[in-house]
Amino acid sequence: MRVEGRARVLGDRINTDYIIASARKKESLDPAHLRTWLLEAVDPDFAASVEPGDILVAGDAFGCGSAMEVAVTVVQAAGIRAVLARSFARTYFRNAINNGLLPVTCDTSGITEGSRLTLEVTPGATRVRDRTRGTDIAADPFPPFVLDLLEAGGLVPWLRGGGAFGDPA
Amino acid sequence: MSEGFGGTTAERILSARAGRPARAGDLVVCTPDLVLGTDGSTPMALDYFEAMGGGPVARPDRVLLARDHYSPPTSAATRAFHDRMAAFAEESGVGLLPVGGGIGFQVALETGRVKVGDLVVGADSHTVMCGAVGAFATGIGSADLAGALRTGRVWLRVPASWRIVLDGRLPTGTGAKDAALDMVRRLGPDAAAWTSLEFHGPGADALPVEERMVLSNMSAEAGAMAGIFPSRRGPGAPSADAVYAREIRLDLGALEPQVALPHDPTHSVAVAEAAGTAVDFVFLGTCTGGRVHDFREACRVLEAGGGIAPGVTVVVTPPTAHVRAALRADGTLAALEAMGAHVTETGCGPCCGTSPLVPPDGARVISTANRNFKARMGPATASIWLASPATCAAAASRGRIVDPRDVA
Repeated sequence: MRVEGRARVLGDRINTDYIIASARKKESLDPAHLRTWLLEAVDPDFAASVEPGDILVAGDAFGCGSAMEVAVTVVQAAGIRAVLARSFARTYFRNAINNGLLPVTCDTSGITEGSRLTLEVTPGATRVRDRTRGTDIAADPFPPFVLDLLEAGGLVPWLRGGGAFGDPA
Repeated sequence: MSEGFGGTTAERILSARAGRPARAGDLVVCTPDLVLGTDGSTPMALDYFEAMGGGPVARPDRVLLARDHYSPPTSAATRAFHDRMAAFAEESGVGLLPVGGGIGFQVALETGRVKVGDLVVGADSHTVMCGAVGAFATGIGSADLAGALRTGRVWLRVPASWRIVLDGRLPTGTGAKDAALDMVRRLGPDAAAWTSLEFHGPGADALPVEERMVLSNMSAEAGAMAGIFPSRRGPGAPSADAVYAREIRLDLGALEPQVALPHDPTHSVAVAEAAGTAVDFVFLGTCTGGRVHDFREACRVLEAGGGIAPGVTVVVTPPTAHVRAALRADGTLAALEAMGAHVTETGCGPCCGTSPLVPPDGARVISTANRNFKARMGPATASIWLASPATCAAAASRGRIVDPRDVA
């Protein structure tokens, strides 16, 4: 898998209520509708400025708080295919994988807003290149079973495509 | 069943449910004993379930769905979520609690659906509370819930375990909520992420299960995958050679009442440091502060404090029908209502802004809940402090944060 895009830099501890407020779910679960309020608690103008292909770049504990999955699908609805963070909350990480959103764990501290990034994900290695700075950033690799899910596009297509819960080890 | 596999409590329970020995870091596919969903997560899970091809639910007897987040529904959309869940339950045979039945995982605990050594997965991050009875309980997402409905299974990464040793006894005027706020501050929001917190020591042994629930519940705020009070000898008891990534000692005997400051549950201080802060909205309830004794304690402190201060709104949400009935029977709800508190339908209440009565714009809230992120209760202009039932009640009686030991 290869993803290229523009960095949109966020801070530490962006919780799922900041990604999309729970209260917004009362009227609709449609991510195409909810994306209007993407990250509104962090920056009310963020949603309007997102472009398809943008890559979110965050600090620690991205997606902490509620396990609500719209916090993943609303990001995807904005055309974002990958999130880089120094660390992810567990529930956000697995929800991302189950929906085919690429959650890459790496040192994001040197990435600046608008930088051009290239991600390459292969079995056993995940590579992040910051083309603006001309640097490579070490990233955590994905275990084979997780990579299978990501390449299928998430749990739904994986199960539909004949994936079975055998023993992933 | 888990006796055949050694390791920490997390390793033993997940090994037993995976049918093979598993260690921290391993990916396993497990068969949970109980699968929980809410009206916040199940409607989306049903979309995934249909996208997976629908079909029968693999183990309907192991599924319990609750309509707790939108209780009662206040819009056509949330009513439609409830109707859809009812139709699905009727067709598939899965368990469904009535609207007003309460918060699903607390009902599961109250009704004995969670047993020591069980694996419980729930599409609600506070499912971890079921760890209070020695189960491995963890939060999952909606796609996971759909996969579990369809296959009866779920994939998990076995967490590293931290041994949390509790010493001492909670001093008078403090409770498990103070211990939980103190714990998540000490652990921080990130260090314990993805781990299983396993509580040991004389302080853990002495805590009644209702208090254990609070520490298990708020393990989620430290980012933990589970927060377990392990059985000492039964299923899930750690083997003698279990390997813990860290050991942390917490002295319950040295605790002061705690208050978490806006907008982060890990930013707690001793109540003296927050004393004097004006509040105008007090919320008593939720899965964190929602046992019968919590409401009795709050009522007692409010009465000792001379009732609700002018200009303060007090909202009381019993989390389950069982708690509500007990509080009706013993006169607690009547006493709270007589002081001017608003008692709502059971469930999550305004904790995450989904049920009545949501605080108004600009409200200064003190709450027995577990999260105080900006806009958590609805309005982004509200500020939320978190504290024990006693500290919240003391604040309600004064219109400002005060040490509950100075009131009661």
